[in-house]
Amino acid sequence: MKKIKKIKIKINGKMKSITKGSNLFNVLKTLKIPLNKVAIELNEEIIDKKKITKIKLNKNDKIEIVHFIGGG
Amino acid sequence: MVNLKKDSLIIASKKFNSRLIVGTGKYKSMSECAKAIKLSGAEIVTVAVRRVNISDKNKPLLMDYVDPKKITYLPNTAGCFNSKEALRTLRLAREIGGWKLVKLEVLGDKKNLFPDMIETLKSTEVLAKEGFRVMVYCNDDPLMAKRLENSGADAIMPLAAPIGSGLGIQNKINIQIIRKQTKLPLIIDAGLGQASDATIAMELGCDGVLVNTAIAKAKKPLEMAVAFKNAVIAGRQSYNSGRIDKILMGNPSSPSKGII
Repeated sequence: MKKIKKIKIKINGKMKSITKGSNLFNVLKTLKIPLNKVAIELNEEIIDKKKITKIKLNKNDKIEIVHFIGGG
Repeated sequence: MVNLKKDSLIIASKKFNSRLIVGTGKYKSMSECAKAIKLSGAEIVTVAVRRVNISDKNKPLLMDYVDPKKITYLPNTAGCFNSKEALRTLRLAREIGGWKLVKLEVLGDKKNLFPDMIETLKSTEVLAKEGFRVMVYCNDDPLMAKRLENSGADAIMPLAAPIGSGLGIQNKINIQIIRKQTKLPLIIDAGLGQASDATIAMELGCDGVLVNTAIAKAKKPLEMAVAFKNAVIAGRQSYNSGRIDKILMGNPSSPSKGII
């Protein structure tokens, strides 16, 4: 059986192990992120949410997912 | 009966009937926050941009309690201490769902939370060029307020006192000078402690007030939300009605003729 290769990425400051070759959409889906309520940065660049299926993730990528919370 | 609808507040070409903007921080729960907003009558609420908690997916979301289709979300840059952080935050906020009306707040000191006006001014210029409509938290300094206006700000929002201090308006003269010099919406942001502070702000000619802590941390937040709503209306009506001149001596209210 072929062994599934894993790579490490950082999401919101936490290390995560994901399957090599995953795209951004797969990862966000696994995390159950409500896409219509968040904004996403990949390596400090804002990502167009419509294109996330086309974005392949690489080792050491840094993802930030933000939303609105209470504030003054 | 005064028709308040005719006296609406216009910010960045958008019309609002309420002149009270409330913050959504510091409440005991999301549901208390949502109730307070409703009772305050506010049509604009400030919100912060923060990381999604990816390990606890069941955490309640603000958007589930306060519908952004019914209430205008005003994303802020609270916690940003330089222009770079503030710009990053607001660009992300815009990406969440097309928000262009934002509250810029670049702080300069962790203790007194006064705004860093140099960084604030720089950020205002960039944001205005990028098509944002920027409501700017600032010092009560007329010169800086003028510079913000010239840099493309959509609303000037001077502090009454340090954020969360509850001290009320400390420099009425500066607020009045800013009022006289600007046609932009002038909104007192930060430092109010009780409903009467909001009335005073409105009587000074401000177009609105922004309140968070004074409502959220009151012993009875929901009642304080109503008090602030009424205070803002009272202050606006008082301002529009034109107060009497101040005189040094007494002037009897009853006629002096016909006294027995």
